[in-house]
Amino acid sequence: MIALKMDLCDFCGSCVSVCLEDAIELFEARLEIDHDKCTECLRCIKVCPFRALEVKQ
Amino acid sequence: MKQFYDVIVVGAGPAGSTAARVAAENGATVLMLEKDREVGIPVRCAEAVGERGILKVVKIKPEWISTKIKAVRLFAPNGAMISVQHDDIGYVLDRKRFDYDLAMMAAKQGVDVMTRAYAYGLLEKDGFVAGVKFRHLNYDYQIGAKLVVGADGLESRVGRWAGLKTHLKLQDIETCAQMTLTNLDLSSSHCDFYFSKQWAPGGYVWVFPKNKNSANVGLGISGEHAAYKAPIEYLREFIETHFSGASALTTVAGGVPCAPLMEKIVANGLMLVGDAAHQANPISGGGIVTGMIAAKIAGEVAARAVNENNVTEKRLTEYSKLWEKNGGNVHRRAYRLKEAVYKLSDHDLNRTAASLLKKTPEKHTIVNIFKTALMQHPKLIPDVLKVFLG
Ligand SMILES: Cc1cc2nc3c(=O)[nH]c(=O)nc-3n(C[C@H](O)[C@H](O)[C@H](O)COP(=O)(O)OP(=O)(O)OC[C@H]3O[C@@H](n4cnc5c(N)ncnc54)[C@H](O)[C@@H]3O)c2cc1C
Repeated sequence: MIALKMDLCDFCGSCVSVCLEDAIELFEARLEIDHDKCTECLRCIKVCPFRALEVKQ
Repeated sequence: MKQFYDVIVVGAGPAGSTAARVAAENGATVLMLEKDREVGIPVRCAEAVGERGILKVVKIKPEWISTKIKAVRLFAPNGAMISVQHDDIGYVLDRKRFDYDLAMMAAKQGVDVMTRAYAYGLLEKDGFVAGVKFRHLNYDYQIGAKLVVGADGLESRVGRWAGLKTHLKLQDIETCAQMTLTNLDLSSSHCDFYFSKQWAPGGYVWVFPKNKNSANVGLGISGEHAAYKAPIEYLREFIETHFSGASALTTVAGGVPCAPLMEKIVANGLMLVGDAAHQANPISGGGIVTGMIAAKIAGEVAARAVNENNVTEKRLTEYSKLWEKNGGNVHRRAYRLKEAVYKLSDHDLNRTAASLLKKTPEKHTIVNIFKTALMQHPKLIPDVLKVFLG
């Protein structure tokens, strides 16, 4: 499961721009991942400028 | 707020505010939605624009300008510095003021502007986009419109909801970190660029002065490289070596689409503009001017189309065609150049700098610099000339 480190996220939208499944919802200071849509392709983790996303078991 | 508009614009960045204003000036009723609490912040931008470009869309107000830039300097990986000769004046803007004022100018033309208005879906009717679903404070709204303009930036989803393919490939996003540093000792009249795999693989570092003591110091790297080391880690190292002891007044993340022209930026009842349409220049990452130029065209076409009651994809291609005519060739060439330039090794870049330094400073034009850098790829030289000579 992709998890967000809230303390690190800057809400810049880089992850949203590469998501193939439209599984990320970005608000002003909140990010939500739709785990039903997410295929764990890890593209969001790769582009995050602050490394705010991680894989969690 | 009305129950129905000619045009709803999603996103109040420079592209959204320009499209909204121009559509209203040309007679359309317009609603503009912005998810954040305030237009203009946070500033995820190095804020540089060329005078020639910006004047094509808007008269510059003095209060938008932080610094006037008279020179550009490029640094090779080994530290060799080339001063670039060029004739366009540049500005480092105060984007907080700039974005805010652009939205205000739209409002003055009669655009209804709403902040804390988060769009989460589109209304559809008979194969046409027919309005926007959004949440404002605690309430859900469904407001109809003849035409929706997606100006929702890098994080754009509006196009996807209408079936357009808008996600970026990893190599087509520059993922960025930036700090606004203060307590620096700068000359405030030049913008500096650092090219090196060490500092910014598949991208560059910028130091753009805000005044004599402060500067936007940031970098973008190709999304392909970010998997191994994040932009913020590169930035920390760069600042530690070049500006140790400086204070950071802001620290932000961001991303820029540095992508090929999008195949489709219109659909029935829908247009995309700005970063949402990947209109930023793929080699420089500059997206303020290109997005605003496209948005101006989009606003004009939108007003005509809603007036004619014809918002078919076919009708709206007037916008995509005019944008192509305006910026399409430059964009395509810039993309090819990006691919070539970022393949150059640090060794190639050092050699380029060395051979340029043997020439007189007047020869240090952007064109000559790229020409020298691309001696390994001579086929690209005509492209360079056309990108920079228009
Ligand atoms: C670090 C960095 C440095 C840069 N430096 C420069 C530079 O020096 N010069 C230059 O020309 N360009 C630069 N750029 C690029 C430039 O910032 C963008 O190209 C420009 O901001 C694009 O304008 P826009 O209006 O398309 O999108 P944006 O300015 O991103 O505006 C989009 C707006 O839409 C809103 N929005 C998004 N989703 C929704 C939703 N669902 N509902 C409601 N609102 C929504 C957002 O909150 C935002 O306000 C830089 C970018 C970065 C990241």
